[in-house]
Amino acid sequence: MQGRKIFLGLVGLSLFLLIWHLVTLGNGRTDVPGPWLTLAGLIELATGGVLWRYIIASVFRVMWGFTLAVLVGVPVGLAIGWSRWFRELVNPLVQGLRPISPIAWLPIAVLVFGGMTWWEPSDLSAIFLIFLASIFPIITAATSAVEGIDVKFLRVATNLEVSGAKVLFQVILPAAMPQILTGLRLALGIAWVVLVAAEMLGVQSGLGFQINDSRNNLRYDLVVAAMVVISVIGMFLDGVMARIENSALSRRGTAKR
Amino acid sequence: MIVETPKIEFRDIDLHFTAEDGSVIQVLDSVNLNIREGEFVCIVGPSGCGKSTLLNIACGFLKPSSGQVLIDEVPVVRPNRRRVFIFQDNSVFPWLTVSQNIGFGLADVSPIEKEKTVQRYIEMIGLSGFEHAYPRELSGGMKQRVEIARALASGPDILFMDEPLGALDWLTRLKMRADLVDIWRQEKKTILFVTHDVEESVQLADRVVVLSDRPAAIRAVVDVNLPRPRNLDDPEYLRIRDEIFDWMGLDHHGIAAKSV
Repeated sequence: MQGRKIFLGLVGLSLFLLIWHLVTLGNGRTDVPGPWLTLAGLIELATGGVLWRYIIASVFRVMWGFTLAVLVGVPVGLAIGWSRWFRELVNPLVQGLRPISPIAWLPIAVLVFGGMTWWEPSDLSAIFLIFLASIFPIITAATSAVEGIDVKFLRVATNLEVSGAKVLFQVILPAAMPQILTGLRLALGIAWVVLVAAEMLGVQSGLGFQINDSRNNLRYDLVVAAMVVISVIGMFLDGVMARIENSALSRRGTAKR
Repeated sequence: MIVETPKIEFRDIDLHFTAEDGSVIQVLDSVNLNIREGEFVCIVGPSGCGKSTLLNIACGFLKPSSGQVLIDEVPVVRPNRRRVFIFQDNSVFPWLTVSQNIGFGLADVSPIEKEKTVQRYIEMIGLSGFEHAYPRELSGGMKQRVEIARALASGPDILFMDEPLGALDWLTRLKMRADLVDIWRQEKKTILFVTHDVEESVQLADRVVVLSDRPAAIRAVVDVNLPRPRNLDDPEYLRIRDEIFDWMGLDHHGIAAKSV
């Protein structure tokens, strides 16, 4: 089974590479590059020295934006799901902000964070955009996770007169955890996707900057090479989240089977 | 003559609600019932008749439209740990181990005492060696034992059991009935036990309360004065069982053989 899965995956990938190669046959660096040019570009990026610095810069921004979104989004989502009062207070605001693309915030972010001196301003606006991109899926996941808790578990707590922090940490959070973790994984995926756009303006490093910069130099081979790097790191981050998700769940005896 | 005050007293319990089309749906119709301390009472009735609803009202999860439940002469307002509800579909926390589950309601005792209590109930339900197991590693019967142990550990004097053996296979159910009677005798609890299984009620109860179809009213209260463990071939056992079938309006000659 495992062998077939890997084999078919490789076949699909090879077919894609073949078609890619054929339709870009004869293209140079200023056209859409083929696989070979892209590979050469990748090697150039990797040996040129900036790639590793850019990867670190990008991952750093995503981790900050995402972590802040978790720290704010999970409690807010839990509270919306738990308290009708809080839901009525906050939900219209959340629903109103949600449809605004994080990219639309870019000018505002640059305006607000541009004057800051205590940290690299462009970093802050990128982090802010990633925060915005990931917080709504997290809030939504946490809210529906709480709303979906089987009422019998809450009744047990009421019946045994267990309340406060113990209910939060021994009933509500663990009951909501599987859905929250799924939401976090989704949110991290979105954060990574938004990163490139967030790094298009103002910043002088990162994979998004690399794409923008290479385009300005008409080096489309490097554009596609950076896309490949983004794909690989995105898959890696998702893999890490999937691992966290599974190990946290199996520790609680509720792993997906 | 000394008049014993009832442990649980249902006084004119009435429950109805208004459906969306404006019609009033009557669920419980003036239920009056007294239960003595230490008594094992089963409530039987057709499915969907309101047995569970009555139990939820007694525990304080649900308010009747009118009437009152009194426990030790005090009206029930909300649930508390002196009377614990046991759910039809197991409500053991899947993310806690067996001993964490059993100790869940023990907040106000010292760690040593908590440990002792948990250990005592683990032994009582025969799950020694499974202290650190998660519920997913247990069978349905074992999980239901953990739920009963968790209820007992918090020291209630009443157990409200809502078809607690309904999800178990036939053999496990028989074994659990015997164990439940042992626990009841050992711990001297008052048990109100809802079931749709007439055989089960006669095997367990001191008295069987037969409810009518919706709106549920008490149709009969049948005494089961038989020694325990109950002999299922005893003519008196069979007579009581058939009497309950009769009260439920069932032709037991065809059904009894298939019922268990």
